[in-house]
Amino acid sequence: MPADFLAYGFMQRALITGIAAAICCAMVGLYLVLKRYSLFGDALSHMAFGGIALGYFLNVYPIWTATAVSVSAAMGITKLRKSTRISGDAAIAVMLSAGLGMGVILVSASHGFTIDLFSFLFGSVLLTNLTDTISFLGISGGIIAVLLALRKPLLHFTFDEEQAKINGVPVEKLNYLFIGLAAVTVIITMRLVGILLISALIVLPNITSIMMGKSFRKTMAISVSLSVAATTSGIILSYPLNLAPSGCIVMILVAMYVGTLLARRAGIFSGKPLLREMQAGAREKS
Amino acid sequence: MNVLDVEDVSASHNGVLAINKISFHVAEGDLLGIVGPNGAGKTTLFRAILGLQNYQGKIKLFGYEGSQYTSLLPMVGYVPQKVNFEQNFPATVYDVIEMGLLPKKKLRRGADLIQRCGCSWNRIFGESSKDSEKIERVLEIVGLEHLRDRRISELSGGEQQRTFIASALVKEPVLLILDEPVTGVDMEVQNKFYSVLRRINKENRISIVWASHDLNAISDHATKVACMNRDLFFHGEKEEFFSNKDLLKTYSESAMQMHMHNHSHEV
Repeated sequence: MPADFLAYGFMQRALITGIAAAICCAMVGLYLVLKRYSLFGDALSHMAFGGIALGYFLNVYPIWTATAVSVSAAMGITKLRKSTRISGDAAIAVMLSAGLGMGVILVSASHGFTIDLFSFLFGSVLLTNLTDTISFLGISGGIIAVLLALRKPLLHFTFDEEQAKINGVPVEKLNYLFIGLAAVTVIITMRLVGILLISALIVLPNITSIMMGKSFRKTMAISVSLSVAATTSGIILSYPLNLAPSGCIVMILVAMYVGTLLARRAGIFSGKPLLREMQAGAREKS
Repeated sequence: MNVLDVEDVSASHNGVLAINKISFHVAEGDLLGIVGPNGAGKTTLFRAILGLQNYQGKIKLFGYEGSQYTSLLPMVGYVPQKVNFEQNFPATVYDVIEMGLLPKKKLRRGADLIQRCGCSWNRIFGESSKDSEKIERVLEIVGLEHLRDRRISELSGGEQQRTFIASALVKEPVLLILDEPVTGVDMEVQNKFYSVLRRINKENRISIVWASHDLNAISDHATKVACMNRDLFFHGEKEEFFSNKDLLKTYSESAMQMHMHNHSHEV
């Protein structure tokens, strides 16, 4: 049978962790994209790399050190941004290079352990062991539960922060909680696509679904479906073709995005796109 | 008991004193029109009332300050001059109105506070209305039933503004604050808007504070008028304002200038 490889334990673990990460990433990503924090995931993943290196260095389960480092870095940067008013992109650049720098130092300082840099950079979902699978499932279940429970205040806060504040949404607390959730999401997604490709999973399914869905709920549902479809098919395709799964997943997402873009140009999703664009243009001018 | 009391309130915007020791009140059922040129501090005043801006002085809702004020604040509806939302935000008109709904716990706490000071919460909907029924009703009030499933970014400016008004109404506000709500909206929509404003004010006894440059609209629709330009120059009955020739001259001149400057530098 051509799909015999699906019976392998590593393949099943890869699919399970992949799907869990894909769901979390799509959900968190929608808020990130709409808040113009698209690259935040990238910065967080570089921080997490530093955290993982620290874990290896201290001989602690690296997922925990990665969580600790990237959550505290995310909180720190959010606070720093508020108090010193440095711009968002500068804050991201600081985090990104600090995390990577720390990781590289720790890796080079500890000649004792062999750390496979390549698998951190580009993912190693096929190497997921049972401990990882179980902890990833638990973590992503938690993330999804919190996101669902807070979907109303989160949506309001993302759409219009001031109005949310007037309505009694604890905006600041919610912001910190959300940033924390994003940091943890990035950690479980790192295994899937690696620190360099994480933005793809945060951004691509969401900018694609924003073109398709009208309401917020539908947009999120579409985004989660696309993300899961791309992850599953990417992992499955990569094995017989002997390609890197992370690259396959990302390129499938890119194809989905481009395909949707072309379909929209052709008027499939929004009726008469040209007419609408002209109207929008006229409105902006007036 | 007044719905809103503003006592000696001063506030700065970007380090410049924007409002100086302003005092006025809003009684139940008032439709107060606030006039003043651009940069007169109207928006700063509103932001202070809404807890979005630091200020000196006292602001009370139903006589309450502090944490009780904060508990009542969600029951104030606010429509800013312009809502800055992300273009292409995947939210329909229905979604945006739904955001205005308050959790039952908050409503109960607010209603308790209002009752405790001997006032009543004038509700727009029946007490047992479901959330979805409330949304349908406000869609009807602002005349957007046919657009409920359209994305907010696909709407014209006037339609968007009506959506935000609906979102402010769906919580059955005790006070509605509107910051130049019909700037840049065509005459027909303006008239529709004003008839909605009067209706919810008369029929539902919702108190409204409304900033505008349009003296004609104020004279047609407001019950009371306040004039400000950093300081408050007048606060009283509409008739009194329109019989005061000096005031009228000053403010109609500034209103004329407004039209020429196309409302560009509002603070």
